[in-house]
Amino acid sequence: MTTYLIRRLFWLIPVLFTVSAVTFFIMRSAPGGPWDTDADRRQVDAATEKSLAAFYGLDKPMWRQFIGYVIGDTNSQTHKYVCGLICGNMGPSYRQRGRSVQDILFSAPEGKTRWQSRFGYSVRLGVMALLMAIFIGIPLGILAALKQNTIVDYSALFLATSGISVPSFVLAIFLIIIFGSKLHWIDIIVDDWSQIKYWFMPMAVLGFGTMAFTARLTRSAMLEVMRQDYVRTARAKGLAERAVIFVHMLKNALIPVITILGPALAGLVTGSFIIETMFSFPGMGRAYVQAISQRDYSLIMGTTVIYALLVAVANLSVDIIYVFIDPRIRLEE
Amino acid sequence: MATIQPVTTTRMAELKDVFKPGKSLGQEAWGRLIRNKASVVGMFIIGIFILMAAFASVISPKDPLALGPGKRFLPPPFDAGQTKIKSDPQYLLGTDSLGRDVLSRVIYGARVSMVVGFLPTAIILLMGTVIGMIAGYVGGNVDNFLMRLTDVIYAFPDLLFFIIMMVALRDTFIGQFMNGMVLLFAAFAIVNWVGVARLVRGQVLSLKQKEFVEAARCIGVKDARIMFRHILPNSLGPLIVSAAFTIPGLIITEAILGYIGVGLRPATDSSDFFVTSWGSLMLEGQSAINAQPYMLLAPAICVALVVLAFTFLGDGLRDALDPRMRGTQ
Repeated sequence: MTTYLIRRLFWLIPVLFTVSAVTFFIMRSAPGGPWDTDADRRQVDAATEKSLAAFYGLDKPMWRQFIGYVIGDTNSQTHKYVCGLICGNMGPSYRQRGRSVQDILFSAPEGKTRWQSRFGYSVRLGVMALLMAIFIGIPLGILAALKQNTIVDYSALFLATSGISVPSFVLAIFLIIIFGSKLHWIDIIVDDWSQIKYWFMPMAVLGFGTMAFTARLTRSAMLEVMRQDYVRTARAKGLAERAVIFVHMLKNALIPVITILGPALAGLVTGSFIIETMFSFPGMGRAYVQAISQRDYSLIMGTTVIYALLVAVANLSVDIIYVFIDPRIRLEE
Repeated sequence: MATIQPVTTTRMAELKDVFKPGKSLGQEAWGRLIRNKASVVGMFIIGIFILMAAFASVISPKDPLALGPGKRFLPPPFDAGQTKIKSDPQYLLGTDSLGRDVLSRVIYGARVSMVVGFLPTAIILLMGTVIGMIAGYVGGNVDNFLMRLTDVIYAFPDLLFFIIMMVALRDTFIGQFMNGMVLLFAAFAIVNWVGVARLVRGQVLSLKQKEFVEAARCIGVKDARIMFRHILPNSLGPLIVSAAFTIPGLIITEAILGYIGVGLRPATDSSDFFVTSWGSLMLEGQSAINAQPYMLLAPAICVALVVLAFTFLGDGLRDALDPRMRGTQ
């Protein structure tokens, strides 16, 4: 078990290395420097650009820049070693003067807790959406399976199929137009995200797809479990129906459901940037989209690496949980 | 004699019925597919959108790039009650911020979505099948290398990869070629062939052990022929199903990219084949959500319809091609 864990953790290193390398080299292959790509912006003269490039280390060869980005490099002015990505230093933002990428993503405004940072906002939204998906999706799936081929089952299946296939941002558009601009039930532009009532909409939109998927998976797992011998035995020995459902069926049916929660959480976190943009939610995803439109290369790179890390950790944690909950799985691999 | 004749003909007919050539697997699957109402509806919707894309220049009522001065944000005639601006019956879905006809733009948008859905999928299938078959058939180090490569590509969040590619290479030569279509295809192909290759590899590995392959090898059939005549046709089912689910995925991805502003470049010339995409239309509509919600609503409905149609078709195909899987998902 320990060796398995250690091996899985070590596997994160090549993955993250590849992600940062690919991101780095693609971003740097963009024509022009970060200061002259945008024709609308004030153009910098050659001398200034040269000193800027020297300040950010952009005059060094590409491989050197990459090593500097990942491991760290000596500062061009103070000649002191500055640690790179491995210490969590993702470099200065190219567009937000005087702020580093990690500062933009992880620091909260003055006098606020970490939860008020962009990262904190995104994590809270993602976890809320996941909880919604679990606490609505699983009961819905159970209900559909228990009432198989009834109207309850069919409506649940219809909901699940449309929830899986219709992308969340399309759903967001429908809901914003219906409840926002037609019925005026919700505010389209929210300034104060400290009020929890505003969180409901982005959470529902973000979590809907996962909820649908969870419901469908729970239903099919339940249907499979229902036909097992041990369920018949449980019934035959006169157990109450509730005990049969919750102890004998659910415990086994939920195993496949738990395995998708990791990818689901990763999907919620990475998929959230478009929802965050639509609802102008002050999270990491919106910072990412803004960085894209401003061509803030270091911020794009930093956010991508964090997203990749989140996805990798989510997948890893599910693999680990899986071993604990399913005794049939052994770790010889 | 005259009394025997009709008996023999009916006899013949009976015998013909018994000895008629058996249906091929493909015919049977097709029969199952068209009995599935949802997938027939799906195919119908997809067919409509394909026709819309092909004949966009014929059916769209207006030039999608023609500006209408003084006709900004006209509401559609059927929903004109709420705003003070008078609608124009010429513009069935109203106009956008520059007075262009929303309906025509949405029709032209179908072009991008259909091409983005089908063409890269074909490339992906081709790449993935060839590489997966080689890996599965040859095995050894080739196979190991492929599997490690797929592990790494799987770990990379694909949407982020597309975004990075589009952002970084947008202003290069390849990014400008055909409004960025080529770059988009390349990005899609790089990520998605992996899944197909894995699928084909798995199929090859299991089919390789089957008796009919062994029999073919015994009578001296060459490797290439075994691969293409015996193994490939038997792994077509899962490949078709995966294609049916890849297409809507790519359509959604293109819409997302367009929506965050890194999709295809907008066309300026009305002779361009790809004028606009649903994603870019949604981006334009986002800022005018109160003034003209149909700019946002119409492309969103189209995306939802196409994606639902492909899901229905994909589900139907899976049931038709592999009846054992029926109802398990």
